[in-house]
Amino acid sequence: MDAVRDSTSAHLAGYESFARQLGNQPEHVVNLRKSGLDRFCDLGFPTTRQEAWRKTNVRRIAQGTFDRTTGVEGVDRARVEPFAVPGCTELVLVGGRRAEALERSAATLPEGAVVSSLAEAIESHPEVIEAHLGRYAPIDEHPFAALNQAWLEDGAFVYIPRGVVVEAPIHVMLIGHQPGEAPSVCYPRNLIVAEENSQVTVIETYAGHTGQHYFTCPVTEIAAAQNAIVDHYKLQEESTDAFHMAMQKSHQARSSYVFSHSLSHGGALVRNDIRAMLAGEGIECTLNGLYLGRGTQHVDHHMFVDHAFPNCHSYELYKGVLEEHARAVFNGTIHVHQDAQKTDAKQSNRNLLLSKNAMVSSNPQLIIFADDVRCTHGSTTGHLEDEAIFYLRSRGISEEAAKSLLTYAFAAEVLQEIRLDAIRTGFEEFLFTRLPKGDVVRQAV
Amino acid sequence: MLKIENLHVEVEDKAILKGIDLEVKPGEVHAIMGPNGSGKSTLAQVLAGREDYEITKGSVAFGGEDLLDMAPEERAREGLFLAFQYPVEIPGVSNTYFLKAALNAVRKHRGEDEIDAVDFLKLAREKMKLVEMDEKLLGRPVNDGFSGGEKKRNEIFHMAVLDPKVAVLDETDSGLDIDALRIVSDGVNAMRNENRSFVVITHYQRLLDYIVPDVVHVLLDGRIVQTGGKELATELEEKGYSWLENDVAAAATA
Ligand SMILES: Nc1ncnc2c1ncn2[C@@H]1O[C@H](COP(=O)(O)OP(=O)(O)OP(=O)(O)O)[C@@H](O)[C@H]1O
Ligand SMILES: [Mg+2]
Repeated sequence: MDAVRDSTSAHLAGYESFARQLGNQPEHVVNLRKSGLDRFCDLGFPTTRQEAWRKTNVRRIAQGTFDRTTGVEGVDRARVEPFAVPGCTELVLVGGRRAEALERSAATLPEGAVVSSLAEAIESHPEVIEAHLGRYAPIDEHPFAALNQAWLEDGAFVYIPRGVVVEAPIHVMLIGHQPGEAPSVCYPRNLIVAEENSQVTVIETYAGHTGQHYFTCPVTEIAAAQNAIVDHYKLQEESTDAFHMAMQKSHQARSSYVFSHSLSHGGALVRNDIRAMLAGEGIECTLNGLYLGRGTQHVDHHMFVDHAFPNCHSYELYKGVLEEHARAVFNGTIHVHQDAQKTDAKQSNRNLLLSKNAMVSSNPQLIIFADDVRCTHGSTTGHLEDEAIFYLRSRGISEEAAKSLLTYAFAAEVLQEIRLDAIRTGFEEFLFTRLPKGDVVRQAV
Repeated sequence: MLKIENLHVEVEDKAILKGIDLEVKPGEVHAIMGPNGSGKSTLAQVLAGREDYEITKGSVAFGGEDLLDMAPEERAREGLFLAFQYPVEIPGVSNTYFLKAALNAVRKHRGEDEIDAVDFLKLAREKMKLVEMDEKLLGRPVNDGFSGGEKKRNEIFHMAVLDPKVAVLDETDSGLDIDALRIVSDGVNAMRNENRSFVVITHYQRLLDYIVPDVVHVLLDGRIVQTGGKELATELEEKGYSWLENDVAAAATA
């Protein structure tokens, strides 16, 4: 028990002066921090005895010591550039702090739309903050979301007013950064608000360079008002020495559309909690994802789709490719409330194991209280088919190229659904460089 | 061109091929007939290099080289082609681009330059005509959602593009109606020449009315029990295999 208390308090070092210094912020924000702190102190770090964390051991985080990053020193554009996506409006945060000088934007925002740091928004848009911040992300059961909220200070803020269509994607780049000898930590808090009948595409990239040791603990809240359309991409390309424990929660109002895509291949220990609340009729919600793991990477996705109203559709397709000793966890729940008649919900998780040491634990489930619904779920885990490999080889394709080609084809199903060309082609290109015979694959797809 | 000597093959400790001898000279067409389960596909797959089978005895020479020593892709690049009895569906891999990559692997092996996209498309269109294949099948994933007949045509199309020295056709006629059978046979016949050899596996004489073989072999229970000219196929069509089975049984007990 003492060890637990010690690890909890180690992650709260310097908290008093941090909170005091921000004490004159709006009451809502101060209270959020307080509730986050209280909750985290109650919960402590999760253990594998808890069902939701049974397959994901966070001891390396709980028992680690991390310096909170406070600045962007020592990072230049060259560190950011490899992760840039052409044609976007950029918001760059290094170690959780905005680094405006490193931003390059290809487009100007329409009147009224705001892309800024959360710290700026707390001052400039207190009414939006009050209405949305902390209203969606569940911290009660989630220690890392609570910890993020305790340290709530900065992050990304995207606000699209009523009826506004933002054409150029907004690219929030969160660059992990270890300024000193010790591993570092940051707690980005992101808020995306799309008012009625607005439309926006937001990319969140979490990236860092190999050899950098740090812990990113972000929370993203997405509020899509009536008729709003939000395309959201999360690219997790952290340093393979980094930890990433993230919560993403979207809250959708009547007839809104949210398309969420998560592409994850970085990090040593990664957990993505992705939750969607369908809080109105006629909602469409897509949650797609692709995770790649190799070495000893551990990647965990916890999905929760909450159907609270009738006539909504949700589609989930998550695929994983695991090599070497990589481990993946997939836990997906679709919850259909009693009133949510005519719900159409699909969930599928497919995993490809490329080595006998790779492992997946997949657990999709349905909790249904309505009687007139169409819900399906499924999960498969398998290896590449010998038949297919042999067929390709019998035409002159090398064994390695055949395997790469089939692996690519497996992953491509998720990529095909991506509507933003730059993201899709960017990730295809990434796969061509990652796969052993990517040059043959590039030719053959 | 292809010389099989005393080939014994087992799968899961069960003997499937029990001493096959077969020599195919350049330009020849050999037919192999035999009842279900006699080992025809096993022979075809072993020639193409399928690793699930254990070769316990014998040898196969291909153009003077040890075929069994080569990886499947090397065999293909050296000019061996197998048209599968059950072509494999590969969702997500484009029929055209995959074939282009395959052709380039073959060309590279022969020391030729890679073919570019424009020339490849020209070649592909020309070869599709040979089997009257629908051009829309070019853009689709390999065999994915193809009908049985479309899959078989696609195999012959692949063969035509890859231009092999020896082609083994495993029941290419099954799943083809009479019109398609004629078209596919014409395609194969157009490729016959004094340097290219074929091994045609079938249950039916009908295919052999169109692709007229030089030699017909009967494979029964892992052994070639009869070899003859094309009239042997007609005889088999009339009498079935039972008269041969009796012979074999007699031979075994003798
Ligand atoms: N991978 C395998 N594992 C186990 N048994 C096999 C395997 N492949 C073939 N066999 C067995 O070997 C025997 C020969 O099969 P094969 O497919 O070669 O016959 P075939 O002559 O091609 O038959 P058909 O005319 O039905 O295509 C059969 O008894 C079959 O069950
Ligand atoms: Mg067969």
